[in-house]
Amino acid sequence: MSGMRNRNAKALNGNAKRCFKLMIVDDSNLMRRRIERSQQFEGLQLVGTAGNGLDALELFKRTDPDVVTMDITMPRMDGIECIGQLVALKPAVRILVISALADKATAVEAMERGANGFLEKPFTDRQLNEAIAELMR
Amino acid sequence: MLHEQELKTFVEGTTNFFEVTAQQPASIGSPYLMEGSPSVHEYTGVINISGKREGAVYFTAPKAMLTVLLMKMQENDFSHETMRDLVGEVANMISGNVRRDFGRDFVISVPSVLSGEKPQIRYKPGMRSFIIPINWRSHSAKLIVALT
Repeated sequence: MSGMRNRNAKALNGNAKRCFKLMIVDDSNLMRRRIERSQQFEGLQLVGTAGNGLDALELFKRTDPDVVTMDITMPRMDGIECIGQLVALKPAVRILVISALADKATAVEAMERGANGFLEKPFTDRQLNEAIAELMR
Repeated sequence: MLHEQELKTFVEGTTNFFEVTAQQPASIGSPYLMEGSPSVHEYTGVINISGKREGAVYFTAPKAMLTVLLMKMQENDFSHETMRDLVGEVANMISGNVRRDFGRDFVISVPSVLSGEKPQIRYKPGMRSFIIPINWRSHSAKLIVALT
């Protein structure tokens, strides 16, 4: 795992050692904690978590994150709608969709709205970190 | 009549969760058919299905199994809400598999969760359920497929 950490740290170093702000959006507390625990980027600082798209929008406006992990199926506002709104607020935001909805149509729709990556649930720690590393390049 | 591919999709959604998340594969027991309302464990994740088929798929597991699964996930919150979250996530994985394999032939609900001392699942008279035991470590859960 330390090798993974080093590779991830290098990916961030390539971005002038700045600290990136992370927001996690998922309607499951369990999944939010799992993503928080599993991501191992030294330069990624968690600024908050949200359980639905509407709360995510509010949190986004307050904390201005650079990186977002986004679930799709959520109450009040789903991930697809939320991605469009986040990108409209900050076109440079990098969004990793983390969802069990692994069909091609969902992935394409998310990408068309502005997502930068797609990770299928369930995932290993390694898969999560590789997906985030890819996002940060 | 359920097709083999349909059952495979439901089962793989469940076993894949154990294999990837807990890094320990689950095994499948001998499936059986039953009439009437099947008994469930303390926590049950549900997806309702309509379209090409009508009914529901349930993943039901005892608290002891979920506790060990949470430990394997490095989780340290073993509250009622976390248990509910966990079975909801397994139902979510099944739902994702169904969407991937059958597309819009199946209309799938957002997963819901049943819990409590003796939760009961909705039973339509005459409907038969296909029960698939899911064995993991020393614990056993059930996947209940009740579709017309």
